[in-house]
Amino acid sequence: MKVTVKSARCKECGLCYSFCPKGAISFSQDTNASGYHPVMVDDEKCIGCGTCYITCPDGVFHVLKSERGVL
Amino acid sequence: MAEMMKGNVAIAEAAVRAGVRFYAGYPITPSSEIMEYLSWRLSEVGGSFVQAESELAGINMVFGASSCGVRAMTASSGPGISLKQEGISALSDEELPALVINMVRYGNGLGTLFSSQCDYHRETHGGGHGDYRCIVLSPSSIQEAVDLIPTAYELGEKYRVVVVLMSEGALGQMMEPVELPEFLEPKKNYWGFDGKYSYKKIGIFDRDSMKEAVELNKKYAEIKEKEQRWESEGLEDADYVFVAYGLPGRSTLGAVRSLRDQGYKVGLIRPITTWPFPENAFREVNPKVKAMITVEANATGQLVDDVALYTKKILKSDIPVYALPFVYGVPPMKEIQNKFRQILADEIKEVY
Amino acid sequence: MPAERKVPEMIDRPMSFCPGCGHGIIIRLICECLEELGQDQNVIFPIGVGCSSNLGGGLVADRLHCLHGRAGAVATGIKRVNPDNLVITYQGDGDAYSIGIAETTNAAYRNENITVITVNNTNFGMTGGQMSLTTMEGQKTSTTVHGRDCSVTGFPIRFPELVASQFHPAYVARGSVSSPANIKKTKGYIKKALQAQINREGYSMVEVMSPCPVNWGMKPIQAMERINNDLISYYPLGEFTEKGGETR
Repeated sequence: MKVTVKSARCKECGLCYSFCPKGAISFSQDTNASGYHPVMVDDEKCIGCGTCYITCPDGVFHVLKSERGVL
Repeated sequence: MAEMMKGNVAIAEAAVRAGVRFYAGYPITPSSEIMEYLSWRLSEVGGSFVQAESELAGINMVFGASSCGVRAMTASSGPGISLKQEGISALSDEELPALVINMVRYGNGLGTLFSSQCDYHRETHGGGHGDYRCIVLSPSSIQEAVDLIPTAYELGEKYRVVVVLMSEGALGQMMEPVELPEFLEPKKNYWGFDGKYSYKKIGIFDRDSMKEAVELNKKYAEIKEKEQRWESEGLEDADYVFVAYGLPGRSTLGAVRSLRDQGYKVGLIRPITTWPFPENAFREVNPKVKAMITVEANATGQLVDDVALYTKKILKSDIPVYALPFVYGVPPMKEIQNKFRQILADEIKEVY
Repeated sequence: MPAERKVPEMIDRPMSFCPGCGHGIIIRLICECLEELGQDQNVIFPIGVGCSSNLGGGLVADRLHCLHGRAGAVATGIKRVNPDNLVITYQGDGDAYSIGIAETTNAAYRNENITVITVNNTNFGMTGGQMSLTTMEGQKTSTTVHGRDCSVTGFPIRFPELVASQFHPAYVARGSVSSPANIKKTKGYIKKALQAQINREGYSMVEVMSPCPVNWGMKPIQAMERINNDLISYYPLGEFTEKGGETR
């Protein structure tokens, strides 16, 4: 896993979705406590570039250190 | 050794000695000498002085300095103090102490340059928005003003309130022999900002006004109970009790002594704290007193409202309460005595 | 190889801004810079009134809510008595420019050694999207319902340019959060501004173009596009002054 998501903070603004260069982000069918459909990251498509972290206004994403220098 | 000093200069030096290390303000007659003096004096003791772009900015700079736990001060008069009200409200809300000096001048709007007491209501009953109180100190001599400066910070820091020194233009401009207080080591209050978030604070949107209201009332009740200050004379057997503060308080004392010499049983209450109002002084008053009389340097009579209130509350009496409003200046002893005789002759109507 | 990216501890909690609001990004950038400069335990924030006020709840640091527009004056008082602490005002355009024009201008004029971050979203966000000094000509707001008529309201103010051209500040720049590349650049500007303060060079200011999707009546991504397509041509991005380490 390259990115963890704090679903509770997501406000479904879609900025990460729009800016993600790999189309790795989608919205969950679940709703969080605030009533939003939080984002999910497709680990297969994700390259850990951090664009989601950069554009997220709500601190949803944590880009992890890469494992064994893959990528 | 007492030294002849101008009121504003003595007040400014007393502030330095009380550990004031920040001043920000805007020039206005008759208070400007305070900032002129501090503009060079504060840097000598490692303090900071800012000539602000406005009174608004000045009080908000004081807000910033006080938030760091430093003894901070500003001074002004009439219209300038009006501009400072939002900052005084903010200081009160954040429970940050500061000393605000009002060398009162007469008039509404731009007003005049005459020495006056026209800001009594504003200073003692709030002036900015909200639900707060400032301790208000009202000296009647330069010596008393100077002595009250360290007291102002002790009270402000003890209760975490703004303290207003409500004086009059004339007191700032006149000269008297003064003994200045000792130098105090400047201190930084423990709750001041240090950049490390050592003193925790909750965000404005997380505050509980209901809980805070209880604490606030407790605090103000304690101030009312413990911090009333006044000077009185001849109350026990007085038929007529004068109430006057500041310089009119001083000339009224002279009038009272003179009237006593002429055989009139008169007394005086001179509030030193105009808030908390010295209601306990009323407990010393002869229960058979015939009337209360205020002497004030304003047009409409402001102090008279509080005197009527505490006559009812403490004396539980329906006696007449008169106001002698002299508009501006320092009412002369002779004039006060003449007006007193007019009251006796029923030529002046009571206010309450 | 991806590097770890983690929200700084100072602001790692839920914030109450609207979805897609730029404030959250800007605050994160400031806190990232503070961490990287080793200053996150040495900072005081005088905070403005408006949406910027929301910073107070989520930010764990010395912070003081200032009266509307007065943060420039409050910061002056703080910095003068605590010169070793970094002092950063955080204000919106309504706060810093409309009501606070005197305090903001005079702090810049005196060249106070503080950093001023203003969030320019071309309206008063908190109170429901009224016109501010930065509202664009023709922009519809709740007080310019037919679009801003500059012949009666004056034209949108470019405050950083004013400061840079008329005063002697240490560092002045305008950034934007409207794309990943702009966000990265903006972070660089903020870092330089803070470094100028650390170096005691004097006044530093970064204005950040930021979206207000709710009051603009746009989806968050459309709001970002508005900045890129309509605003940057009037509010150019870049650095206007740089002293480069010269100590005043």
